[in-house]
Amino acid sequence: MSAQLATARERLLAGGRARTLGGFGIAAVLLFGVAPAALSDFRLNLLAKFLCLAMVAVGIGLAWGRGGMLTLGQGVYFGLGGYLMAMHLKLADAGPGGVPDFMLLYGDGTVPGWWEPFRSPVVTILAIVVVPVLVATGLGWAVFSRRVRGAYFAILSQALAAAFAILLIGQQKVTGGTNGLNGFRSFFGFDLADPVNKRMLFFIAAGTLLVMVAVVRRLMVSRFGELLVAVRDQENRVRFLGYDPAKVKVVAYAVAAAFAGIGGALFVPIVGIISPADVGVVPSIAFLVGVAIGGRATLLGPVLGAIAVSWAQTSLSESFPSMWIYFQGALFILVVAFLPGGLASLGAVWRRRRAGAEESGPATPPEPTPPDPTPPDDAVPAAPGDATTAPATSDSSAATAGRLP
Amino acid sequence: MDALFSQLFAGLSLGSVLLLAALGLALTFGQMGVINMAHGELMMAGAYTAYVVQGVVGDAGVSLLVSLVIGFLVGGLIGLLLEVTLLSRMHRRPLDTLLVTWGVALVLQQLARDVFGAPNVDVRAPQWLSGAVQVFGIGMPKTRLFILLVAIVCVTALALVLRLTPLGRQIRATVQNRDLAETTGISTRATDRLTFFIGSGVAGVAGVTLTLLGSIGPTLGTAYIVDAFLVVVAGGIGQLKGTVIAAFALGLLQASIEYSTTTSIAKVLVFVAIVAFLQARPQGLVAMRTRSLA
Amino acid sequence: MTDTDTTEPEGTDQRFRHDYLEVRGLRVEFDGFVAVGGVDLTVTPGDLRFLIGPNGAGKTTIVDALTGLAPATGSAQFGGVELVGNKVHRIARSGVGRTFQTASVFDELTVLQNLDIAAGSRRGPGTLQRKRSGTPPAVEEALETIGLAGARDRLAGVLAHGQKQWLEIGMLLVQDARLLLLDEPVAGMSHAEREETGQLLRRIGAERTVVVVEHDMEFLRSFASSVTVLHQGRVLSEGSVAHVQADPRVVEVYLGSGSRGRAVGAGTGS
Repeated sequence: MSAQLATARERLLAGGRARTLGGFGIAAVLLFGVAPAALSDFRLNLLAKFLCLAMVAVGIGLAWGRGGMLTLGQGVYFGLGGYLMAMHLKLADAGPGGVPDFMLLYGDGTVPGWWEPFRSPVVTILAIVVVPVLVATGLGWAVFSRRVRGAYFAILSQALAAAFAILLIGQQKVTGGTNGLNGFRSFFGFDLADPVNKRMLFFIAAGTLLVMVAVVRRLMVSRFGELLVAVRDQENRVRFLGYDPAKVKVVAYAVAAAFAGIGGALFVPIVGIISPADVGVVPSIAFLVGVAIGGRATLLGPVLGAIAVSWAQTSLSESFPSMWIYFQGALFILVVAFLPGGLASLGAVWRRRRAGAEESGPATPPEPTPPDPTPPDDAVPAAPGDATTAPATSDSSAATAGRLP
Repeated sequence: MDALFSQLFAGLSLGSVLLLAALGLALTFGQMGVINMAHGELMMAGAYTAYVVQGVVGDAGVSLLVSLVIGFLVGGLIGLLLEVTLLSRMHRRPLDTLLVTWGVALVLQQLARDVFGAPNVDVRAPQWLSGAVQVFGIGMPKTRLFILLVAIVCVTALALVLRLTPLGRQIRATVQNRDLAETTGISTRATDRLTFFIGSGVAGVAGVTLTLLGSIGPTLGTAYIVDAFLVVVAGGIGQLKGTVIAAFALGLLQASIEYSTTTSIAKVLVFVAIVAFLQARPQGLVAMRTRSLA
Repeated sequence: MTDTDTTEPEGTDQRFRHDYLEVRGLRVEFDGFVAVGGVDLTVTPGDLRFLIGPNGAGKTTIVDALTGLAPATGSAQFGGVELVGNKVHRIARSGVGRTFQTASVFDELTVLQNLDIAAGSRRGPGTLQRKRSGTPPAVEEALETIGLAGARDRLAGVLAHGQKQWLEIGMLLVQDARLLLLDEPVAGMSHAEREETGQLLRRIGAERTVVVVEHDMEFLRSFASSVTVLHQGRVLSEGSVAHVQADPRVVEVYLGSGSRGRAVGAGTGS
């Protein structure tokens, strides 16, 4: 069994490069050729919005699937990127020295000092990446270096999302409050009402997403990627090898934050609004749905999962709003409880079923099991095929699958 | 002086609500490692129980007292169902329980929306809880004092159960070493179920008391869940003492910052304070020491 | 104190000159409970030192204290670096490596990847973000030493129990650990595996400082070059295997405490 597994891995790894290039080629054709030709302007814009959400998912796949950091606060970074972009668009619409319309409505009609730098497109674009990275590095360092992890980290990241949304709502004069920022007319000088420019935004989003996937793939196959998995599974062991796991985790978390920030920034001109409803606790967890369903530890699972879930939400919730919520809840429960590797692991699970239930492959119960006395040479570690270890098994095969495009 | 006392009272009052919301979590998260995101919805179920009971009983005073009992049972039974059907399969994957229970929370919210309607509903407070008690020149609403009382009763009862009963000993043994507890003949499955029943029941009670503070709706629980988890994290796992101190500390902190700034600024500052506090004590206020690596 | 994690080890003679472990007055307390109460210990390179003692004697706690896992007072120096109060990863970089009672390898990575990670704590960001190309010589050497060269591309999770323990030892080798602290390395191993592990320890112990925490008396008699007996957080006896076995206090502790079965079994087995 294990020998078969090893050879299978080798074969897949050897074919990895060609398959990756092929995969990227197909994705590029679909996004740049088929989609614009087949979809109406409205649908294309909708797809562009999904691509922005998928950018967040790619980052979550890295931080959570590969790094084990369950981040429930990606809405914060999405929101930071989105609001920074929205501030620039509002200022640009208002013209040089002008005041955004909502400030005249709610405030005293003056632009606060900290808004001023974002009149510059360069400062804005830089800030969209730098600000989320700085916040993520600060929080990540404070938390990880003190070995706060697992559920504690998840809860803290969620609390950050809650605090951020409340802060945005509370500061209506400078953030637009519950309504958020909306009504943008132009994007870096291009008229947003023009369908050609909307189409261009789709291409920008598609290109950005492909670059992100390429970056994550590179990170996954690099030594850093191996180290990240090692930190996820045995953080203390890594520490005893002379590494500082906090640094490894912060890097992955900061990359995820940067991706979320960029996704948020592109979301703004495409959708035309950013509000606290896009960044709080609920949307932050909703980002995870697609990732979990697609396959958290794989490269493409999070992307495809996020797009599929967003698409299902849009089409189902239009006609049956109540059914959609039941459906979403049920899907989430079923996939996480019974198929933790996500849909990407379905193939592996099926193959294993066929190979025989007693040989469950590299089962890895997260908690150390007492050593098995004198196992024979090629023994597979005891993996009774009961309900508690089976999900862990599919988890590990998902990690293996993650090496592939 | 008045300002100080009114802040103090506001803090204690907020703290008692936080404590009621966090108490059940301290049991299920602290003792079992299950991150139950549907805990807020169990509170919501308790609140709607109070609404239904009042519709049946009529008298606000009687219905409140009856609701406290039935709310406990309703919350507890939903929690028990959750543990038996889903969570018992996921002991070794605590982070995944968070996601699964979030799915459950979504379903429960929508269920409430479909059954009771999306708009908020009101539960009348009994006559004997209207008005305020004057102490040191400030008015303390009787409803707030009642919630404080309920919180104290719940903590005391839970502490007694944990300390004095066989169940309490089993719970503590299971928390400290699940495998060892099993080998000494404790049924950890049964212990888990009872723990979850009690923890969820307390959430139901918390929900019933929340009807005294305002109208209730399907998303009632989401307002409390994040703060409740923060209380448990700051308090540390394994002992109720930490949860109690953390709840009142956070309540007082929030109230005093709110007094000089705004609610939204206060939320952010409290969050920063908790992260700073975890720098000093990553395990929370009261840490349980074990030799295990993890 | 911190210069060890920036400078690479210089010449071979230079780096082995001070490579002995010197522990003075090591104390570890947990909430008033004294787990280790003032232990002195000196272990030199080439020595294969076994730490034994009844349960609760403080063996694992000493290893924890030396590797920064348990808070301790007193002093413990290795190669001139103070270990007490130092950070875990800095201690590791100063050449101190350890294994755990339950083999902790990275189950979802291959044997090669496990070793490669162990070899890389000094890698910069440039190397880290690149894919591994080829096998580092130290890793190749370790694969041969621990006898897992044929299993290099296998996932560590599917290895047999003994192989996992060897992989852990291999990770210490490529980590360039010069003080090896092994916590029950042969627990749960078959007789043949024990024998191989003992030979392996002899090979690698020739030029390193090795401390083994072990319960298995037969294994101890076959491979220990010196023994330290701990009891209730203190050193009870120290010396060669024969010396320790003849020490009446050791006999009393082993027969007097609850470990009768083990001690008797150890006394009769050969």
